[in-house]
Amino acid sequence: MLTLAHFLSLGALLFCISVAGIFLNRKNVLILLMCVELMLLAVNMNFVAFAHFLDHTAGQVFVFFILTVAAAEAAIGLAILVVLFRNRQSISVDDIADLKG
Amino acid sequence: MPIIEIVFYLFGATLVGSALGVVTVGNPIYAVLFLVLSFFSAACIWLLMQAEFLAIVLVLVYVGAVMVLFLFVVMMLDVNVTPLTEGFTRYLPVGLLVAFAMAVQMFLVIWTRGMENQALPAPKPEGYSNTRELGLLLYTDYLYAFEIAAVLLLVAIIAAIALTHRRRPETKYQDPSQQTQIKRVDRVRLVKMPSEGEE
Repeated sequence: MLTLAHFLSLGALLFCISVAGIFLNRKNVLILLMCVELMLLAVNMNFVAFAHFLDHTAGQVFVFFILTVAAAEAAIGLAILVVLFRNRQSISVDDIADLKG
Repeated sequence: MPIIEIVFYLFGATLVGSALGVVTVGNPIYAVLFLVLSFFSAACIWLLMQAEFLAIVLVLVYVGAVMVLFLFVVMMLDVNVTPLTEGFTRYLPVGLLVAFAMAVQMFLVIWTRGMENQALPAPKPEGYSNTRELGLLLYTDYLYAFEIAAVLLLVAIIAAIALTHRRRPETKYQDPSQQTQIKRVDRVRLVKMPSEGEE
C-alpha cells in the first residue's frame, strides 16, 4: 500500500543524495549547480505529496513559485559562471578563493 | 502488487539511480543527461499524484529550457574533466557520513509520525481539471505573489543579459543623440563656382 511516507522518503533520499553530491564535487561549480537543482526537486516532491494527500491545491501553487525561482536562479548562476570562465579560463572552486583572508 | 505501486517503485528507482549518476559521474555532459532523466522520472511520479499541470511544466520548462541551457553552457565552456574530479575520494567518507546521518534522521521522523498510515486518496472524479484548480487559486488568492514572480523573472532576464553582455571595440553602432544634434555645416559644404553654360 502506497502511503504519504513513501513519497516523503523518496524526497528525503533525493535530498540526501544531492547533499552528498555537494560534498563530492567540490571542484566543479557546474555540478554544484545541478545538485542545487536536485535539492529543489526533492523539496517540490514533498510539496506535491502533501498537496495530494491533504487534498489542498495550495501546495502545488507553492511548487509553481519554486520552479519560477529555480529557473531564475539557474539563468543567473550560469551567466555568472560564463563571466567567471571568460575572466579566469577555469570553473574550479579553488580558483575563486580570492576573498579568503 | 497493484500497478500503481509497480509504477511508483519503477520510477522511484530510476529517479534515485539517475540522481546518484548526477553526483558521481564527474563528466558534466553526462551529469546533465542524468539530470534530465531524473527530472523526467520525477514528472512521472507527480503524474501519479495527479499534479498533471506541474508534471508537464517540469518537463517543458525544466527539461526543455533549463537543462538545454545547462547543456549549452557545458559545451561552451569546454572544461577539461580530469582536474575537476580530483578530491572525489578524499571527500567521499565525510560526504557519505553526512548524507547517511541526514537520511536516518529524516526517515525516523517520516516513519514515526503516523504518515505511514495515510493511504493514497481516491482518484479525483471525472471532469476534474488540475490546471483549472491551480489557475483559480493562482489568479485569486495568490495574484500578488504571481505578479512578484513575474517581476522576478524580468529581473533574472535583465541580470543574465547585463552579466554576459560585453561591448567589443570593433563593433559599429549608432548614437541617436549625435545623429539628431548634427548641423548642416558639418555635412554640407557650399562651393561657389562659375556656371559653365554662360560662356
